[in-house]
Amino acid sequence: MQTIIARIGGMALAVVREMGRMLLFLLYAFYMIVRSPGKPIHILKQLHFIGAKSFFVIFLTAAFTGMVLGLQGYYTLTKFGSEGMLGSVVALSLIRELGPVLSALMVTGRAGSAITAEIGIMRITEQIDALETMALEPFKYLMSPKILGALIALPLLCAIFDVVGIFGGYLVGVKLMGVNPGAYLHEMEKSVEWKDIYSGLVKSVSFGLIIAWVCCYKGYYTSRGAEGVSRATTAAVVMSSVTILVWDYFLTSILL
Amino acid sequence: MIEMLRVSKAFGGQSVLNDLDLVIPGGKITAVIGPSGEGKSVLLRHIIGLMKPDAGRVIIDGEDITHMGRRDLNRVREKFGMLFQNVALFDSMTVFENVAFPLEEKTRLTRSEIRDRVHEALEHVGLKDVDRKYPDQLSGGMKKRVGLARALLLNPRIILFDEPTTGLDPIIGNAMHRLIKDTHARFGFTAVIVTHEVPAIFDVCDYVAMLYQGRIQIRGTPDEIRDSHDPVVRQFVTGDLEGPLRFV
Repeated sequence: MQTIIARIGGMALAVVREMGRMLLFLLYAFYMIVRSPGKPIHILKQLHFIGAKSFFVIFLTAAFTGMVLGLQGYYTLTKFGSEGMLGSVVALSLIRELGPVLSALMVTGRAGSAITAEIGIMRITEQIDALETMALEPFKYLMSPKILGALIALPLLCAIFDVVGIFGGYLVGVKLMGVNPGAYLHEMEKSVEWKDIYSGLVKSVSFGLIIAWVCCYKGYYTSRGAEGVSRATTAAVVMSSVTILVWDYFLTSILL
Repeated sequence: MIEMLRVSKAFGGQSVLNDLDLVIPGGKITAVIGPSGEGKSVLLRHIIGLMKPDAGRVIIDGEDITHMGRRDLNRVREKFGMLFQNVALFDSMTVFENVAFPLEEKTRLTRSEIRDRVHEALEHVGLKDVDRKYPDQLSGGMKKRVGLARALLLNPRIILFDEPTTGLDPIIGNAMHRLIKDTHARFGFTAVIVTHEVPAIFDVCDYVAMLYQGRIQIRGTPDEIRDSHDPVVRQFVTGDLEGPLRFV
């Protein structure tokens, strides 16, 4: 019995230690961003990698999410004779919730995993040590540009997701199911407020931070060769995705 | 001068360095030899502050770096260059970008000055027309040379070599040893070479220290090591299978 309790206690301590280390990692990354954010070209490269290169996957995901929303929304709303409300259902669902969350999950899978793998391989091949021995700060070259890149890219991708998704919904609702186009657009315009857009963008900025933070952290503390990189990458994707969903709940309850 | 005073380091309860004392004189080449897995690379990492000792002190030119903060440690690291066992070139950069990187980040030289310095460094290590190649397009020996060029570029006062000839054939290995010796003669830095290339390293270095069971078993000139009657040292130098050293 004592052994079990000791084991549980040990695990709890390990979790607390890991959380503390993660927090210190984030604080140090912020300190480095403020002190020396790195060259703009490094930030632009990350913006291109995290943002521009995610465009296609975001476009596809958004289009089909919007189309499914159009179908499901139409099916549900016709039961109440309110299919004219389809525009506002699609737009609000996307802008407030699905846009930020799904774009963040897509970026986690595409760019987050690559960030962890890149930093992890640099760690196990001593490239990060090489930076340190040159008296260069790894956070300045590796973490700061990625964090800033993600903070800028995520809201932009989220905005693209929202627009493409709304058009996907329009395509299915109006062109396929015959909803009045004027009603679709008018209801959307009437129901979407600045607060909805603002809350979606705040969410996507915070999700960008979570992705960059978790993925950089997992990569930075990678050990034990190729298997370690694989483990770190998996852990980074799972942890980022779960954290995004949990944080989304709390943020929604605050921003509602 | 590099001093390691009563340095101890353990990983997961397993002691690697155990009350180790070592003084490395300035301006000389010191080789650290010892059986594989004895902690030679760990020792090197303590010298440059990549690892902190559990106990003891590491002193570089009179400055105790054991508990130094990042900023002060980086100031001390300005004195260092390091050639890693696996070279640790940045694999997303070309050879030119790898060698130019420290200059671009730490100096205010113009592009043409950087280009000249990089080409000079590459030529010094016997490399030409490799600017646009990536590390994975180079042979092991060429990678080591690029690593050495990068390490030399900021004229460090101390250069650490972590097994500089590992993975190279004997001829390229000897060429690497000669390159280190010639470069040292030209620039006069303090060199610490971790290696098990015995006895080849004796022709390169001024001093040898042998690491065994977490401590310095012997330190002296190459001749003193060759003439040592210590059974551990003798067995390691001659490569005998019989003796106090056990190999699994």
